[in-house]
Amino acid sequence: MSEVSGDLPLDAPAGRGSAVYDDLKSRFFPTPLSGLATLAGLALAGWILWHALQWALFDAVFTGPPEACREAAGACWAVIHARWRLMFFGLYPHEEHWRSALACLLFLGVIGASCMPRLWQAGRLAVLWIAGFAGFLLLMRGGVLGLSYVPQEKWGGLTLSIFIFVATVLIGMPLAVALALLRRASLPLVARLAGLLIDGIRSLPLITILFALAVVLPILAPGALGSKLTRVILGMALFFAAYQAEIIRSGIQSLPAGQEEAAKALGLHYWRRMAKVILPQAFRRALPPTISQLAIIFMEVAMVMIVGIFDFLASGNAAYGSGEWNFANVEVYVFIALVYFVFVFSLSRYGAYLERRMRVGK
Amino acid sequence: MFQTRHQRAFWLQAAIGAALIAAALLLVRAIHISLEARGLSSGFAFLERSTGWDVAFSLIPYTPADPYWRVLLVGLLNTVFLGAIGLSLATLIGIAVGILRISKNPVIAFLGTAYVELLRNVPLILQVFFWYAIFIHLPRPREAVTVLEGIILTSRGVFLPGLNLQPGIALAAAAVFLGLLLAALVLALLPRPSIGARIWLPRAVRACLLGAVLGAGALLWAGRMPEMPFIQVAYLKGLNFRGGIRLSPELAALITAIALYGGAFIGEIIRAGFLAVGHGQIEAAQALGLGPWKVMARVRLPLALRSVLPTLTNQYVWLLKATTMGIVVGFSDLFLVISTAINQSGQTLELIGILMAGFLILNNALAAAMNLVNRRIALRGTQIRT
Repeated sequence: MSEVSGDLPLDAPAGRGSAVYDDLKSRFFPTPLSGLATLAGLALAGWILWHALQWALFDAVFTGPPEACREAAGACWAVIHARWRLMFFGLYPHEEHWRSALACLLFLGVIGASCMPRLWQAGRLAVLWIAGFAGFLLLMRGGVLGLSYVPQEKWGGLTLSIFIFVATVLIGMPLAVALALLRRASLPLVARLAGLLIDGIRSLPLITILFALAVVLPILAPGALGSKLTRVILGMALFFAAYQAEIIRSGIQSLPAGQEEAAKALGLHYWRRMAKVILPQAFRRALPPTISQLAIIFMEVAMVMIVGIFDFLASGNAAYGSGEWNFANVEVYVFIALVYFVFVFSLSRYGAYLERRMRVGK
Repeated sequence: MFQTRHQRAFWLQAAIGAALIAAALLLVRAIHISLEARGLSSGFAFLERSTGWDVAFSLIPYTPADPYWRVLLVGLLNTVFLGAIGLSLATLIGIAVGILRISKNPVIAFLGTAYVELLRNVPLILQVFFWYAIFIHLPRPREAVTVLEGIILTSRGVFLPGLNLQPGIALAAAAVFLGLLLAALVLALLPRPSIGARIWLPRAVRACLLGAVLGAGALLWAGRMPEMPFIQVAYLKGLNFRGGIRLSPELAALITAIALYGGAFIGEIIRAGFLAVGHGQIEAAQALGLGPWKVMARVRLPLALRSVLPTLTNQYVWLLKATTMGIVVGFSDLFLVISTAINQSGQTLELIGILMAGFLILNNALAAAMNLVNRRIALRGTQIRT
């Protein structure tokens, strides 16, 4: 819109105005009623923006003790300044925070790298993710290469949230493929059972699954399935796999039957047919819904705080919950929401980009 | 025995089935032994025991002396109550946002987009926390904020105007209203085989709807308290407000979060539905001389809603499951009630079973009802294709 600036006669009457003026008029003021709506919309947006800016920037306090905040009319960002380490790293030992930060960046790097179409081959992706996962565990756990050992119970904050997300997807994706193939199996009993499992999980709220695995299982069978974090990740993976299996199945079903028949005619047996012909195409078709499912599951990770995992949201609660900052909870939530927004919004923009990119080929 | 593919498939499945049954039996036995070792009884006898604890919010009378089945009923009703309000508000917001999103006016369309992107990309649990923080940080009752002459916002909750009624009237009016509404729904979904049925069934539906509103209204008016105003706005007395309907901060936060978050998702679904309505349909309606409002209300909206109903069903089921978020603010929904009951009674397995069965039944009932509506309102032929 750079042409708008300068000495354009914006108030020129219609008919002898410039092309830009006509364009603007037809878009924003085609009829008096629509023009009124434009003005009302602009006024509303301006009013909201003005108040938001006033609260978040002009009247806000960015550093200092809690007392400085109490007098201010705007937001108290000082709580973030004072407690950001707790929110990002949880109870991880203070002098080792760089390891947690590095591990978090490592995962973000792996996620970013897997967005590049050049790496979209099962082998390359597997190597990338397993290497990334091993690097993360090495950094976070330590105990080798001169790094001090940090037990899993001390992990927390944003790093833990991202770890749970990555582990959920790593376990859940193969499980989803298996469930999708089982549901399409030619043996009716197997197909029925897989369908029952998928639909059963899909009609339960995530929190009941987490609750059953994290809180109830230790009562019934103490010591089963490892630590609480492991059980929570398994529950998340099961939940993710049930939804993702349906996405993959719809991808498989959208392929023309000729693909599988041609592969059969070439003499490929079941596993090669699936691995070389069906699944690569199905994944490509299922990519946009998969991306939005990943975005949803990234947000659902925040639920693990209910069963007592010290994730990003739980650390945020701890950041303001300890006495002196307890008035500043809205600021903490807005900050957490902002961080989530950056992640999830970029993921959904990426999904939209992929959708456009795939449409070009057609 | 294993000669044909058919036989091999049969025995393979038989083996899988037997293995699964054996595994399930072993699991149940192991759990039974583990429970007995710690002296916990199993079975559903505890449902008749009295609970000894109270719940914060209940639609039916409840005291700590009541048995467990009653507290579970309280939780189930609360979940349905929250779900019904949340889903209805989310649908209204969603339709409004969907209409904003398809507007040709770029400013209006941008407002819709900003709303959707802002709310859809932040976890619901965080939004519940946020709204709860907002609602408990409202001014104290003495400095309460009043909106629209009757909605009073305080840190003790949101007060809405209520009605001064004789006892029992509200329940009777609600029964009349819901009963006639249900009758209208059933009549609307009945098959219409003959031309006569096509004429009288819609009339009967309209009569039922009118009767529901008028009947419930008349009943309420007849049951008003003498010498008191019919509509009671909450008033300050001492340190708190009296009269009217009080929404606790927990319930208000949950309703706000679910309605706003659900509205963003439903708005996207509705928008997709509008985009699926063919241009020819709209142009044909305009060519018939219908004004913009009629084109929207009679052509675009009905067609859009029809095309999105299956997606909307999934979203409703998803939102109904989201009511379990009540636990983070302490609203006594089914999940919170059951987790408290597990803590208090130790009947873990039975209560988890009830919880899962409850959600399976609720969700499948909702999905079945929506699918029934979908089948009944589906247009025959190819009109909806573009």
